[in-house]
Amino acid sequence: MLTVLTFLPLAAGVLMILLGRDQQKLGRNLAFAVSLIALALAVTLVALFDHSRKGMQFVERVPWVPSLGIEYYVGVDGLSLLTVLLSALVVPFGMLASWKIEYKPKVYFALMLFLESGLFGTFTAQNFVHWFLFWELSLIPAFFLIRIWGGPNRSSAAFQFFVYTMAGSVAMLAAFLALYAATGTFDFAQLAALAHRGGFFAGHKTLATAVFAGILLGLAVKVPLVPFHTWLPAAYAEAPIGTAMVLTGAMSKMGVYGFLRILWPIFPEQLHDHAWRHVLLALAVATVVFPAAAAFAQKDLKRMVAYSSINHLGYCLLGIFAAAKWSDGSPGWTNDQAATLNGVILQMFNHGITAAALFYFVGLIEQRGGALRGLNDFGGLRKAAPVFCGLMGIALFASLGLPGLNGFPGEFLIFKGSLHMAAKTALLAMPGLLLTAIFLLTLLQRVFTGPLPEKWSRWPDLTMTERLIVAPVIVLIFVLGIFPQLLTGLANPAVMQMLKPF
Amino acid sequence: MLAWTIYISFLGAALLMFLPGDNPGPPRVVALLSALAGLFFAAMGIAECCRHSAAGVLTDVVNAPWIGELGIRYHLAADGISLVLVLLTGIAAVAGVLFSWNIETRTREFFALYLALIGGVYGVFLSVDLFLLFVFYEVAIIPKYFLIAIWGSTRREYGAMKLALYSFVGSAMVLVGLIAAYVVAGGKTFDLVELAKYPFPAGFQNWAFIVVFVGFAILAGLWPFHTWAPTGHVAAPTAASMLLAGVVMKLGAYGALRVAMTLFPIGLHTWQNTIAVLAVIGIVYGALVALVQQDFKFVIGYSSVSHMGFVLLGMMTLSQIGLSGAVLQMFSHGIIAGLLFAVVGRMVYDRTHTRDLAKLQPMNLNQVLPFAAVTFVVGCAASMGLPGFSGFIAEMQVLVGAWKTFPVFAVIAAAGILAGIAYTLRVLVKAFFAEGPAELPNLPDCNRISVPERAGALLLLAATLVIGLCPRLLLDLITPSLNSPLMSPLWKAGLR
Amino acid sequence: MNLYLECLTASTPEIIVIATALIVLLVDLTVVQEKPAANRAALAGAITCLGCSLAMAWVALLPSSVHVAMLAISPMTQWLKLPLLLMTVFAAVLSWHQRITRHAGEYFALLLLAASGLMLLISSDNLLMIFIALELLSISLYALAAFNKASLASSEAALKYLLFGGMSAAFTLFGISLIYGLAGDVQLNFIAARLRSQPGEPLFYVALVMTLVGFAFKLAAAPFHLWAPDVYQGAPTPVASFIASGSKVASFFVLARILLTAFPGARGTASLNDFLPGWAPVFIVLAVLSMVAGNVAAIVQTNVKRLLAYSAIAHAGYALLALLADQRHALSALLFYTITYAFTVLGAFAVVGVVEDSGRQASLADFAGLSRRAPLLSFCMLVFMLSLAGIPPLSGFFGKFYVFTAAASAPTQLSLLWLVVVAVGASAVSLYYYLQVLKQIYAVAPPPSSTWPRPAISAQVTIVMLAIIVIALGCAPDLLLGKITALLRSHPF
Repeated sequence: MLTVLTFLPLAAGVLMILLGRDQQKLGRNLAFAVSLIALALAVTLVALFDHSRKGMQFVERVPWVPSLGIEYYVGVDGLSLLTVLLSALVVPFGMLASWKIEYKPKVYFALMLFLESGLFGTFTAQNFVHWFLFWELSLIPAFFLIRIWGGPNRSSAAFQFFVYTMAGSVAMLAAFLALYAATGTFDFAQLAALAHRGGFFAGHKTLATAVFAGILLGLAVKVPLVPFHTWLPAAYAEAPIGTAMVLTGAMSKMGVYGFLRILWPIFPEQLHDHAWRHVLLALAVATVVFPAAAAFAQKDLKRMVAYSSINHLGYCLLGIFAAAKWSDGSPGWTNDQAATLNGVILQMFNHGITAAALFYFVGLIEQRGGALRGLNDFGGLRKAAPVFCGLMGIALFASLGLPGLNGFPGEFLIFKGSLHMAAKTALLAMPGLLLTAIFLLTLLQRVFTGPLPEKWSRWPDLTMTERLIVAPVIVLIFVLGIFPQLLTGLANPAVMQMLKPF
Repeated sequence: MLAWTIYISFLGAALLMFLPGDNPGPPRVVALLSALAGLFFAAMGIAECCRHSAAGVLTDVVNAPWIGELGIRYHLAADGISLVLVLLTGIAAVAGVLFSWNIETRTREFFALYLALIGGVYGVFLSVDLFLLFVFYEVAIIPKYFLIAIWGSTRREYGAMKLALYSFVGSAMVLVGLIAAYVVAGGKTFDLVELAKYPFPAGFQNWAFIVVFVGFAILAGLWPFHTWAPTGHVAAPTAASMLLAGVVMKLGAYGALRVAMTLFPIGLHTWQNTIAVLAVIGIVYGALVALVQQDFKFVIGYSSVSHMGFVLLGMMTLSQIGLSGAVLQMFSHGIIAGLLFAVVGRMVYDRTHTRDLAKLQPMNLNQVLPFAAVTFVVGCAASMGLPGFSGFIAEMQVLVGAWKTFPVFAVIAAAGILAGIAYTLRVLVKAFFAEGPAELPNLPDCNRISVPERAGALLLLAATLVIGLCPRLLLDLITPSLNSPLMSPLWKAGLR
Repeated sequence: MNLYLECLTASTPEIIVIATALIVLLVDLTVVQEKPAANRAALAGAITCLGCSLAMAWVALLPSSVHVAMLAISPMTQWLKLPLLLMTVFAAVLSWHQRITRHAGEYFALLLLAASGLMLLISSDNLLMIFIALELLSISLYALAAFNKASLASSEAALKYLLFGGMSAAFTLFGISLIYGLAGDVQLNFIAARLRSQPGEPLFYVALVMTLVGFAFKLAAAPFHLWAPDVYQGAPTPVASFIASGSKVASFFVLARILLTAFPGARGTASLNDFLPGWAPVFIVLAVLSMVAGNVAAIVQTNVKRLLAYSAIAHAGYALLALLADQRHALSALLFYTITYAFTVLGAFAVVGVVEDSGRQASLADFAGLSRRAPLLSFCMLVFMLSLAGIPPLSGFFGKFYVFTAAASAPTQLSLLWLVVVAVGASAVSLYYYLQVLKQIYAVAPPPSSTWPRPAISAQVTIVMLAIIVIALGCAPDLLLGKITALLRSHPF
């Protein structure tokens, strides 16, 4: 099942490339259909998922290069399943947002499918080489999507994006190869077991630190963690809207997923280590506060949302590092850890949906405004397009973390746990919440409230199609806000597995 | 069966000389059939080997007396490593013929020389008698000279002469070492297996190893003896560059492995670190120089030097995994280099008549030549070492092997990979995806990519993808042969 | 038996050849005096070839092994006459269509006399007889070199040849007389016996060197090579080919014979550790000088004949290495090398001759685009040039390989390896100038307004046959090597 899920978009994409030049519409429809099928498959997986069983489910395991310990090993637990589901939701959403692309749409949609395949592959992999393959492979379609269909500064944005991520990946690869040289295996589960039994670099502390740093670097660039975030605003701002939605909705989660899947089980010592802990927590706080402040200073709507993305993911990292602080087994903290990690996973999922929705709306603004998307270009749109304002407002408030909407449970849980576990840091991160609130409200105010300039008086409201597209997302925002159990039901067993694997 | 790869190539070359000189059609067909036959025999050889699980054993193909006076025999044999390289030659040969389909001037001479070169290369990979190996090694030099001097482009006579002289000097060094080894071992036999058993004295090995190794490694592009490579590759016509970078450089590495390392393990130990340093320098130097080149083909030429550095580093790690990576990288880079040169030379240069990146930038080639763009993207991805393509596993193995033996070099080599990503991306963007004017330039020769070109490109793409996704196909041949009795002296020298 | 009769029977092949010379002269002077020059040359040439073939048949079918007076016929020397006569036949065929002289009879007669000189040279083990044969050969060649009366270069070449040759002959004769004074005999094995009882004295070395000077001149070994470029370039091309091939083979054989039979004890060594004076160090110096001077000078040449001359000097250097090898391989390596070299250079000069016959000179530029006009001949030239460079699978490669291997194994293992390294390096450099010729032939476009008359059939056939010989001996060296080693095993000399 997982193999089909992963390779179906890939195969469809290849098929689309082979279609003739005049089959653009057919290609587009095919791509969308395939993404819906993938969504259906993902939902089926959720339905069939057995909450009571520990360990990976839907496992498919085939030896690939036995002499090197490389296997084709896929499986899902709650965490993976949620990220898979998120990807499966965001990609069709992104495709719908890109429906009117004029230049070579067939290739565009094929690249989106390749990207989706890369996402699925990464989120289901249980063996490093397999994981790394899809991690790298997702870079290429993203690069081309930005490079060919992006905004005016797309060349440098795409270049920066590619090179930064690649550099991080190479560091990660080198670290994993060192790990392989020491242990002889690429399997995540086996490595975690080895780590638990007492580490694999017994005595070589610098080596262990170097390996940890390498993997950390690779993941940190992806999340991104300040100060490795400088590629993101440019890339998100220059990317076409559908791509930006997928980038922020699903690709950015690859980094956080990596932290949870790889770093947490295999390097508990380093994460827990005194020196690292301070550094990491400080960086997490920076990732929360600085982008929020920077978003405040932006004039470009897309960039604002981009910075707010970094900020929201900062919360996830804050939660992870705070939970790691107490991962030496002391019993009293398990509840807080569980709560925080659940919050992290919830935040991942919810932010994905919300950010995608925000970018969608910003994209609509850009389209209607004639490629304008400055903060001060608009005003009083509430009068011209009340439905638009209302729905975008919901998304904005969800991003803010208003209780009742889906942004709240995640942030709440994260802060609840962090305030217990890493009080000072969490306090330092609080201003981030405030700043987020400020700039989101500012956005709302500048764009929607106030006097309506003459040139926007006939600003069209959401059309029927657009309402239909957005409706499921809005519904999800409400439902997940009121019934977060839908998600924690899947997340919690995974979290418990992470905290008490043995 | 495998010996027919050699014979059919030379027979094809001879047959071509009897065809009428003016019509380019028949020579192409004859050449293609010959190359395909060679590939077919190579594949049959591999199938045969797998059927008998004989990858770890040097299986005789032909063993006949030749020059009794000196103990020279006409002895061909193959084990897993030879088979991998023979397969590479077959694939590269077919692709080269396909990409040379448009040669109009003196077609039959071109293909005759081409097939002679292929025959010589097959011969080197299959020879076990050192005299015979040397004969085939030298036979390969002259066709290269003529291919470049007659059908080449930039500074072709200079490039051809430089290549020929460098190769000849390298083989002269090898000759000295071979004669010395023959004499010291009693002057009875030139057979590799027999000579490998002979305990050469340590002092002798120390100088004999470096002489023979460097002699071969000149052709493999060992820094600082690599300077023939960029000039030669740029001067050569497309098919010749494909073969030069793809296969001929591997001749040098193969010779270094089979002859120098197997005969003189003590010498290997002495020189291991020095050569590893040179290899790493080659990796980084090649990448950094490629980063600043303005000529499209020079970038690929220097990238060949960089990639071959990985092969040499892998060989020097004296670990099973490193050696396995080196052989796999030989195959992988052979295919990838062929692909990249094909795009640069055949698809782009033959149509735009320029290789200057600055001039190519405004041409918006991804719109004019979309097939070439896609092929080049895949080729670049493979060259960068992205997983899913053949280069990844190879470089991975080399890095792991290097990490075990020289951790510092492994780190530097990884930095080299990073530089590789940078220059590959730069050339990809500049050549194909740069910002162009709104309307496309009117290039007179920009016709669509022809069928033979597509076929050749698909062949190479398939090869790199198949091996990238199923490296077992080749690793199952390579790993047993590293355990063969022929490699036992290496084991004694510290191979792990 | 009557001594004279024995001598005559033993020297029948030589007698046949000399008789042929006389017949040619006679026929040319009387019967065909009025016919056009081409017919005269053809007739004379035909008679020459017939005579040589007869001699070859005699040698092949009636081998003899006899030692009478100054003649020492052994299976080895008898067999060696076959390639020499074959080379003469080839040179004669190449001269059929030459237009340099009306005096065809004299030309071919001189050629045959030179051939007889060659045969006598190798059949003798007596220093005086050797000298006589050497002079017979040399004087015939001096005259032949001057045959092109229309060319100033030809006369100059002949004069230089004569002066140099005469002077070195004087040296040789003086050396022989000194040796006679020291050893009391001129028979080679007797000399060896006498000298063994007297350890070396300075006068002996002087005598040795002076004797060897003459041979070094004949071989065109540096620094006695200064005549070679001018003679090769100035002499008519078939004559040059004969000088480069036949006389080289015979001279090397005789030199080896003298050194190894008469002066084995005076060998000396050249190892850097324990130096002993003798003829080996002398030849090492000659070899190194020849290889270096020949190759370096050849690089800058623009005339192909001159280039071949300098390459001949270099090849003499390589061949001298064989002399320094140990007993087991020395003579077989030397013979194989020189015989295959001779055939190769014959072929090369033949191609040059064809180019000259088409109305051009023999400079590099005149070869431009030859591959378009005459693909078969160009391919043969490719074979010859690459064989000279030492590229497998041609005979030149195996020759060099064998010589280098032989030199490396002797006298003590690897003591001469440095010399092999020098030789290999020089050989590597030589590829440059051979490729220059081939580049002109294959890579350069022919000048637009040039004509190319069809070359003579005889020349084409000769060239192709020579190319086939070169390739065959390269792929299956045993064809020749087996014969040589078998003969040497049974009878060393």
